Amino acid sequence: MTMNSTGRPTSIAANGGSGTDVTVSGSKGLLQAEGLIFEIGSTDKTGVDLAKPKGTKNRLGGVTRGAPSGLPGLTEPEAVRHYVRLSQKNYAIDLGLFPLGSCTMKHNPRLNEKVARLPGFADVHPMQPQATVQGALEVIEELADWLMKLTNMPAVAMTPKAGAHGELAGMLAIRAALIARGEGETRKRVLVPVSAHGTNPATAAQCGFIIDEINAAADGRVDLEDLKSKLVDSSDVAGIMLTNPNTCGLFERDIKEIADLIHKAGGYFYCDGANFNAIVGRVRPGDLGVDAMHINLHKTFSTPHGGGGPGSGPTVLSAALAPYAPVPFIVKTDDGLRFVEHHDEAPESFGRMCAFHGQMGMFTRALAYILSHGADGLRQVAEDAVLNANYILARLKPVMSPAFEGYCMHEALFSDGFLKDTGVETIDIAKGLIDEGYHPMTMYFPLVVHGAMLIEPTETESKAELDRFCNALASIARRAVQKDPSLKTAPHLAPARRLDETRAARSPRLKWTPETATLKAAE
Amino acid sequence: MRYLPLTADDRADMLKTIGAKSVDDFYGDVPASARLKGPVAGLPNFQGELEVERHMTKLSKKNRAASDGPFFVGCGAYKHHIPASVDHIIQRSEFLTTYTPYQPEIAQGTLQTMFEFQTQVAALTGMDVANASMYDGSTACAEAAVMACRVTKRQTVVLSGGLHPHYADTTRTLCEAAGIKVIQLAPAVDGELELSKAVDDTVACVIGQSPNVFGTVTDLTPVGDAAHPKGALLVAVFTEVVSLGLVKTPGEMGADIAVGEGQSIGVPLGFGGPYVGLFTCKSKFMRQMPGRLCGETVDADGKRGFVLTLSTREQHIRRDKATSNICTNSGLCMLAFTAHMTLLGDKGLTHLATLNHEAACDLADALEAVKGVKVLTSRFFNEIAFETAKPADQVLAALEKHDVIGGVRASRLFPGAGMDNVIVAAATECCTQSDIKAYAAALAEVLR
Ligand SMILES: Cc1ncc(COP(=O)(O)O)c(C=O)c1O
Repeated sequence: MTMNSTGRPTSIAANGGSGTDVTVSGSKGLLQAEGLIFEIGSTDKTGVDLAKPKGTKNRLGGVTRGAPSGLPGLTEPEAVRHYVRLSQKNYAIDLGLFPLGSCTMKHNPRLNEKVARLPGFADVHPMQPQATVQGALEVIEELADWLMKLTNMPAVAMTPKAGAHGELAGMLAIRAALIARGEGETRKRVLVPVSAHGTNPATAAQCGFIIDEINAAADGRVDLEDLKSKLVDSSDVAGIMLTNPNTCGLFERDIKEIADLIHKAGGYFYCDGANFNAIVGRVRPGDLGVDAMHINLHKTFSTPHGGGGPGSGPTVLSAALAPYAPVPFIVKTDDGLRFVEHHDEAPESFGRMCAFHGQMGMFTRALAYILSHGADGLRQVAEDAVLNANYILARLKPVMSPAFEGYCMHEALFSDGFLKDTGVETIDIAKGLIDEGYHPMTMYFPLVVHGAMLIEPTETESKAELDRFCNALASIARRAVQKDPSLKTAPHLAPARRLDETRAARSPRLKWTPETATLKAAE
Repeated sequence: MRYLPLTADDRADMLKTIGAKSVDDFYGDVPASARLKGPVAGLPNFQGELEVERHMTKLSKKNRAASDGPFFVGCGAYKHHIPASVDHIIQRSEFLTTYTPYQPEIAQGTLQTMFEFQTQVAALTGMDVANASMYDGSTACAEAAVMACRVTKRQTVVLSGGLHPHYADTTRTLCEAAGIKVIQLAPAVDGELELSKAVDDTVACVIGQSPNVFGTVTDLTPVGDAAHPKGALLVAVFTEVVSLGLVKTPGEMGADIAVGEGQSIGVPLGFGGPYVGLFTCKSKFMRQMPGRLCGETVDADGKRGFVLTLSTREQHIRRDKATSNICTNSGLCMLAFTAHMTLLGDKGLTHLATLNHEAACDLADALEAVKGVKVLTSRFFNEIAFETAKPADQVLAALEKHDVIGGVRASRLFPGAGMDNVIVAAATECCTQSDIKAYAAALAEVLR
């Protein structure tokens, strides 16, 4: 047993065994056990004090609710505790490095949260008279101007609500352009690299296109020969959806040739701009022959991911596609800025893709981020993001298997080559990272690399933090090679152990019911 | 730069470790003609917090906030009070700065709130299952139409004349791209039941809204009764979720799919977004739903836990065969919704709905008492349409001079539909008696 100089025991063994797993309360130190609101709340309770109703006779015309919802309420202290306790079971950027490749988990500046909450932004209605919201329209215009200049593109659709929605904007614009050319029915084939994010083929399919996959070359880029062979008969080609930098974290070095090939074939070039963080301020996609590209404001421009959203996916468009942009869009008039909201005023537009005018709450945050960095700072963002990724690549090269040779852009990709014959798999490495206090990297994506591990540190990590992370991951890699069995059952130190996903999908329980509660009590 | 932790020395050290001369080495694959030598031209350089905040505040002051005075705009977004604790909860680092819960061992917080949200939404709508959110009500509506076509293997959808026109347009955009025919009924204050006549055995679904965009509350049961024998589905839409505290639910009306906007609970007006789309359906259609779903399971120790489930519907697994392309959804707005709903409980929600309805009754009475005003909505929750002898744009502009933001002109919703003199106005718990009096007084002045 270890003792410090004052005789205070410093090891748990002094108290007779670990005893960390079983407590009467179910809590473990700072980690509080917390039931569902349906178990701890009550229909008699509420956390709001509202004015007394007058007792007016209702004018619902008899269309009234039959059974009450039965939903429980909590008073404010109980509710705050409920959510704070739950929050402590989450990993977050504010806790540590969040190396989820393709997701760009960078620091979310708090100034952005503050400005988004100014009453002049948070408390304005999308349908109030436009003369009363000129400042909001100016925000959209100012952000749009930055996005067009950073990409060197002549137009931008601001309404898309996330990356996938931006893809939809771009592909619908392409569809409209083809229809205008009289080729809407003949040009249906969209080329999509195998390494593409799932939203790319899903979006193209949603627009009625047929997906034709192009292979990756041995160096992780598009296989140019395969692409050319798919363009031999190109009369049915609508375009290509290419991610650049791509999902392997590499710049498509033949990108201009690809753009030329597609244009010569009569198609359009959709670029997935999810990885813009690697090149902002260093490369403008408009200089590469791109026709449409979405920008994830929730990646490159730091709006918080919020546990799954919301996002925002403004989509820049080339002159060829600009006429087909969705409504609404802003025009300048003598009386100030104004939305064009209806198809009749913009007959070439492919139409509307959501209610109102896009993710204003993300626009204010992204604009604050952009103004904070400025043109010089944004260039530094890209350079530091790429430097950090290459540093990780260099440090882990000796113990892991880089998927491709050479430098990477903003993310470092490894295969599971170093795990051969160890019995340890990519998922075990990921779960091992959890025990080391990190969120895992993106695993098993992109599909072109076996057992892929995609690590994106972003520019908002210090060198000390990167070193700590590399040391931890290197130690896991060494344990894997030594076939450490504990990796197979990791995590051991997280709020939950590995969860049974098969069971969840076999007989789905998607909501709480009194029966599930009974079941639990019986267990 | 306050957001960039690397020092010049760090950068030099790291380049040395990597064995690169400068960061330019990393950009070697960029075509020479596309390499920028310095920052993008024509844009300002970095600024401090003070300067940025000053600029943004200045822009925000050019907008008239809903709380600045009498305010009666609705039509799909509603001014409600949000408890201070809701904003505190969603700003917790562990909720705000985390990702989609793909690693459930360290995301039980998000996952449990999703599970609670799904349960709340199902109970509110009276439906079997709810997903973990869509972008907003309009995209949820469009996805519902496409899903109904998948379920019925038919290619025609019918939209009511009271469906929010943005929802109708969004649905048309998505449907037309997917080769689905859209039949739209003429705008009507009280026309939801017309859907019954438009259904035949080629129709995948009929989409009706209650309360509709003119505020009219309709029992859609007869529409469902007409649709079901023809093999068509009933999709029920709502844009004011607070109404479900008092109004007959989509489930009670026999809806197969129910979708709507959740903004009214927990999410600020925010000039139109981000909001939170609610998506629900009957159990038997569960595997055809778009979006993320959270389900209950156990961990390796046998303890209850939650995971994302049925992902074989989704784009990251199914790619071009996915039920939707949605990936990022409305996570944090979902959290705001569920936290606010937890504070309300059934008791608070019913109470809140009652206050909204009473405010709208008062508004209807006050406006009807003004000479030249005709209220068009006979059954309503918190929103009404009314007509005067003057063009609505002039009336609203004149009201603005009295600092009353009086609503939305129907001609902005349905241009060219001959509704130039109609205004749609909403009243919520935030409207005081004096606001309502100010509206009536200003309107009397304007119409004189
Ligand atoms: C490469 C890539 N493309 C597209 C998307 C889709 O973006 P969103 O999730 O914002 O819809 C993502 C992110 O998830 C991505 O990583």
